[in-house]
Amino acid sequence: MSGIWTAVLILSIIGAIFAVVLYFVAQKFKVVEDPLIDEIAEVLPGANCGGCGKAGCRAMAEAFVKQGNMDGLKCPAGGETVAKKVAELLGCTPEETEPQVAVVRCNGTCANAPAKTHYDGMQDCAFANSLYTGESGCVFGCLGLGNCARACQFDALKVDPETGLPVVDESKCVACGACVKACPRGIIELRNKGMKDRRVFVACRNKEKGGDARKACFAACIGCGKCAKTCPFGAITVENNLAYIDFNICKLCRKCVSECPTGAIHAVNFPPKVEKPAAPATAPEATAEKVEVKA
Amino acid sequence: MKTFAMGGVHPEENKISTEAVIEQFPLPKTAVVLMTQHLGAPATPCVAKGDKVKVGQLIGKAEAFMCANVHSPYSGTVAKIEGCKDAFGIVKPAIYINVEGDEWEPTIDRSATIVRECTLEPKAITEKLKEMGIVGLGGATFPAHIKYSIAPDKKAEYLIINAVECEPYLTSDHRVMMEHAEEICIGVSILRKALGVPNAYIGIENNKPGPIATMKAMAAQFEGIIVQPLKVKYPQGAEKQLINAITGRRVPSGKLPIDVGCVVSNVGTAFAVYEAIQKNKPLIQNILTVTGKKLPSQHNYQVRVGTTYADLIAHSIGTLPPTTGKIISGGPMMGKAVSNLDAPTTKGASSVLVIDESEASRAPESNCIRCGKCMNACPMGLEPYLFSALVKNDRIEEAGAHNILDCIECGCCFFSCPANKPLLDEIRLGKNKYRAIMMAKKK
Repeated sequence: MSGIWTAVLILSIIGAIFAVVLYFVAQKFKVVEDPLIDEIAEVLPGANCGGCGKAGCRAMAEAFVKQGNMDGLKCPAGGETVAKKVAELLGCTPEETEPQVAVVRCNGTCANAPAKTHYDGMQDCAFANSLYTGESGCVFGCLGLGNCARACQFDALKVDPETGLPVVDESKCVACGACVKACPRGIIELRNKGMKDRRVFVACRNKEKGGDARKACFAACIGCGKCAKTCPFGAITVENNLAYIDFNICKLCRKCVSECPTGAIHAVNFPPKVEKPAAPATAPEATAEKVEVKA
Repeated sequence: MKTFAMGGVHPEENKISTEAVIEQFPLPKTAVVLMTQHLGAPATPCVAKGDKVKVGQLIGKAEAFMCANVHSPYSGTVAKIEGCKDAFGIVKPAIYINVEGDEWEPTIDRSATIVRECTLEPKAITEKLKEMGIVGLGGATFPAHIKYSIAPDKKAEYLIINAVECEPYLTSDHRVMMEHAEEICIGVSILRKALGVPNAYIGIENNKPGPIATMKAMAAQFEGIIVQPLKVKYPQGAEKQLINAITGRRVPSGKLPIDVGCVVSNVGTAFAVYEAIQKNKPLIQNILTVTGKKLPSQHNYQVRVGTTYADLIAHSIGTLPPTTGKIISGGPMMGKAVSNLDAPTTKGASSVLVIDESEASRAPESNCIRCGKCMNACPMGLEPYLFSALVKNDRIEEAGAHNILDCIECGCCFFSCPANKPLLDEIRLGKNKYRAIMMAKKK
């Protein structure tokens, strides 16, 4: 019987010694952490999407507390609601930013850019891109193997099996930019959501000469420059045989859309055209709103 | 019989074009000569639109260190200097030539007489290799003058001539050895002189008894050329594996063959060296196999650089069989599928391989069962299954720590995988990503 008591005694003494040592060590090497970090981390979405450029939500919370305000730091996934809560905790006013959305700038659907070859290698855009042009022969077009869809943490991107192109679910997209980084061809861009979610953009990235671009895809931008000449606001630039619409200048008048000979310019979320004079009527409204936002 | 120590596989040989004698391929009407036919930076065009060029005239000058001269394979007028899509659809700088007649530079000796004596000094030999735009014809198209300019702190002990041709289907090296044994031996002697090594070894796999006998008989007339028959095993033609098979040495990870005292050149390169040094002929032609199981005829051609793949197919077999599944430039193990048949051939092109539909597509992929066949097959002693998992989960730096860059992309792992996993694809992707990470870190 005495054996047990000896063991209990020895273990108790060892335990007591360690408790004392641990107490003093813990006091000596105490890490003082701002409780605000935990609070902010709690408010952030916790998806660790990396859209803010930090390693994760916790790192973002640390950055907020370190800086003390929200200048230059933005959680794209959380949007305005999270920004407000963080601002409350930090005691500052949130930065006003235009909400953005991912836009797929390629219209090389199976019909527009018919496949000339068949690819059966690894289903990964980055790898296919390192091998060759892709099934349609367009060096700039979407490969349709879905790296962007796999990168999306919010289930907002899907490759449509019919067209072979990714489709953005605008209600789910938080513009974190993960898909932009995942695309080896730089097809996806974050653009301002725009008034009533309406956008006008060039759905093509082909920088080849017009003839070569058309060989691979019927809907390619041929760099003719008609859109740039038509645009009353000077929002369109043509560089390297490719037009680009600056979403900060564009007033959504859609004059370029009807001018484009290949249909490369897309206007989304506009109501179906009923009468022609309806379009310019919305333009001044948009101007007014933009100015307000900027101020 | 000698072979390399680790890994390797035995794909079906399918050398069905061994008996096809090398034919001269006719000249096209218009031709495109790419400025990147070698490893490294593109050559700079040194002719202008409308210029008359002769066969063998310098049209692309090597200005960067890692670059090779490009000569005109045709006589005619320069039509334009513009980008041209290569066999994989990627635009490369190129010179378009309207072919008129066949007028050669007068300095080029086109007679059939064989010149054995070479009086050039080693330094002058490498200079001339550079001038003539010689690149390695084993596949990597490494500029020869760089390979044969040995750094002063290194010493070459072995010259190894790669006549293994371990890739299935390819027979261009086989035919060159059968028809140009003497020229090859002279070329090897010149390279031996350039390096200052006592012996040159010509490694030939045992499935080529004809070339072994021919080369042995010819090598007996030359000093210091040893023909070394090797046991058949893929990838014996890979530089590091061939060094291991012949010398027993192993090139350490991240090092070059010269670090173990070896220099390896292809037998086709030796032939090109002979023509360049003894006959003043730049590298404007190469030997190319047109083969495939379902083709009505098999061919080996001496083709001018810049002939299109479409021309090669049209002249050799007329039209493609209706069941064609894939056209591969190079061998079936390491070659790449051609997606643009209007592209011109380059210095390094070794074959046009037409694969039937029934053999072209991949089998459905299933899960890894950890059988380890890929590890046993890997000639570099790597762990392909591990790379596959790491790359899939984007743990690229870990893959780098397991020496992913040592992979020679021979395809043995993919070939041996019972689950048909695209192991090589994943490793290639991982290598690309790892290189990008390393580049970013350097900056």
